[in-house]
Amino acid sequence: MAQYQNLFTRVQAVGPAQLGIALPEGNSPRSGQPFLWHLAGRLGNAQIGPIYLGPLGLASIIFGTLAFNIIGFNMLASVNWDPIQFVRQLFWLALEPPKPEYGLRLPPMNEGGWWLMAGGFLTVSVLLWWARTYTRARQLGMGTHVSWAFLSAIWLFLVLGFFRPVAMGSWAEAVPFGIFPHLDWTAAFSLRYGNLFYNPFHALSIAFLYGSTLLFAMHGATILAVSKYGGDRELDQIIDRGTASERAALFWRWTMGWNATMESIHRWAWWFAVLCPLCGGIGILLTGTVVDNWYLWAVKHGVAPAYPPVFGPVADPAALAAPLQGVKP
Amino acid sequence: MKPILRSAALLAAALALAACERFPVQSTQQGYRGTGMVQIDNPRIKAAQAAARPPIPPDTPPIAATDGPKARDTFQNVKVLGDLTVAEFTRHMAAITAWVSPEQGCNYCHNPANLADDSKYQKVVSRRMLEMTRHLNADWGKHVGQTGVTCYTCHRGQPVPAYTWTKAPPAPRSGPGSLLGNDFGQNKAVPSIAATSLPYEPYSALLKGDQAIRVAGAQALPVSTHKVSIQATEQTYALMMHFSEALGVNCTYCHNTHSFATWDVPARVTAWHGIRMARDLNVNYLEPLGPTFPKTSLGPLGDPAKVFCATCHQGQNKPLGGAAMAGQYAGLIAAAPAAAAPPLPPPLAEPARAVLYFGVGSAALDAAQAQGLARLLDTMAARPRALAIVSGFHSAAGTLSSNQELAKQRAFAVRDALKAGGIAETRVRLERPQQTGANVAGEDPSARRVEVTLQ
Repeated sequence: MAQYQNLFTRVQAVGPAQLGIALPEGNSPRSGQPFLWHLAGRLGNAQIGPIYLGPLGLASIIFGTLAFNIIGFNMLASVNWDPIQFVRQLFWLALEPPKPEYGLRLPPMNEGGWWLMAGGFLTVSVLLWWARTYTRARQLGMGTHVSWAFLSAIWLFLVLGFFRPVAMGSWAEAVPFGIFPHLDWTAAFSLRYGNLFYNPFHALSIAFLYGSTLLFAMHGATILAVSKYGGDRELDQIIDRGTASERAALFWRWTMGWNATMESIHRWAWWFAVLCPLCGGIGILLTGTVVDNWYLWAVKHGVAPAYPPVFGPVADPAALAAPLQGVKP
Repeated sequence: MKPILRSAALLAAALALAACERFPVQSTQQGYRGTGMVQIDNPRIKAAQAAARPPIPPDTPPIAATDGPKARDTFQNVKVLGDLTVAEFTRHMAAITAWVSPEQGCNYCHNPANLADDSKYQKVVSRRMLEMTRHLNADWGKHVGQTGVTCYTCHRGQPVPAYTWTKAPPAPRSGPGSLLGNDFGQNKAVPSIAATSLPYEPYSALLKGDQAIRVAGAQALPVSTHKVSIQATEQTYALMMHFSEALGVNCTYCHNTHSFATWDVPARVTAWHGIRMARDLNVNYLEPLGPTFPKTSLGPLGDPAKVFCATCHQGQNKPLGGAAMAGQYAGLIAAAPAAAAPPLPPPLAEPARAVLYFGVGSAALDAAQAQGLARLLDTMAARPRALAIVSGFHSAAGTLSSNQELAKQRAFAVRDALKAGGIAETRVRLERPQQTGANVAGEDPSARRVEVTLQ
């Protein structure tokens, strides 16, 4: 007989597909015949569909597909339309933003115009998808927490690709669309602005990022650990605290003196997740616009420690009257 | 089947995490503790690289006899090595053949019917390369030190050095006729920039041109005079990846981990001179050879092969592991310019202050300079409680430790002169050596001085 296990469970509830509530006037019909997929059920719910597309979803997918294709076809063209090279070099390929000479003007299509267009379409697509998460949540009578969390990520995306380039007066400041290229951009960004490590908003963002994973692990572990007492029925436990909640709370009070509650742990997680891109976006927006060298900024404000010299004095040769050659002590 | 799949997946995950290098790697601390100042090496990769390197051709010892007929009088058309004796000249030619064209032999450059004939372009190029090597060994000590370079440093037994660069043609789809697919000269896994997606030919701008390599601002807050784009930064970054790849080192070989702009690792000074050296060689020696080469030897844009770090270093932080071969070959080091050392300025002789000047690299106080102490000695005789404060100065050129020693010896020479003038040693106080910012090229004698003041 199948047993419920709280790390990897083989139990799946199989029954008629759930169609959801009837939608009021003005909503599109849901599309797709729902079906059960066993493998999906091993990770989440086994039921796939029906999906609510609606005009927002449809428009979002159209704009997203346009952006995706502009990026993809530019990559494909850059390897001379060779599909094998496209696959082989995919991680290196990119659609690059315009050169700095263009500032915020519209460059020719092949000089960054495609990048602007793809970025514009992608922004429209993402914003439409955001509106969709908002309206769908409202339609179900839910709060709009998911939308606002998503907006936090959109904020970081727009700071990188729109707000900061506009503030700097150049599209060239923005991130290329590409896998390694966007990572190399990130490292170059830190090199240019004197080590992003010393940017306090970057530090906060990382604290919230790692904090999110820690909270997620603590919460997930706690709930799994008390699932045999019904701890997985979290919503019930919020309203009607049972032994699962009591044991979980006791565990954390015993181990660290204090505990979150069944509902507050979700606020913790939500805020940590939201604050991660929010702070990151602020940190990026300040870089180059109001701070040019984060290391020197940190030195100025007593944040960066000074380390004892290990090698003895080393002088910048360019500052020493710039000779080119000749060793004559 | 399942356990096999599972272990394969585990193995794949481990490989992905280890970037396909087998652990363990060696981490060597080289900076302040806890700051990540370490060099990471994989001993297995290093060993494989070392095994792949051909053995260095054995040196023949220099020929002791310095008399005998000179090459320029015996052979015709000897323009660079004419000062060598015939025996040394022949030894140089044999060594160059072993370094550059061991398989092809003398005839790779020479017309066997007439060795003096310049009709083969290889001979014209190698003469210029000899001049380049002599210039490099004589004038770029700040990068090549006492080790110097020989033909073998780059050639390694090949007529064409394995690692060179030529200008990259513009991206195939960057012209006005192209609708899309402009790669802006980047996003290709080119080995010379460590297969990053950075600009793949940063050398024209940075190792031939003199585009600024420094990208970080010198001020905490933005200033209108420092506008450097991320794309220019990526050029610098690509060059730095080339450094790292060519030398087999991490960023921390030259930079500290908190601020790449800070100067506190000596290797960065060597690298700084290396950049200037590469620019000098590319601009003055290699690019002008373009018309000499046949078309087939040129790059896609018709420019000749030029040098970058990998040309000599070839994966080692010191080319050939630091083997010093150039010293064995007098013909590979340009003679020092015959111009006599500039005369020292007259000493400054005041009642309470004296400034005495020294020759290049010398701690000997010459008689004319010692005269500069006369008035000061008179004052000290009149004021028995006055102390003489002696501080030695050295120029900023050369290595700091030997310069400090030099400045100390200069101060000692002046102390001895004061003692000789009848001043008790207890009335002479020596201050620590000081470096002057000026005179790095060594041309301004006022940097090499000792100052004596009364207190």
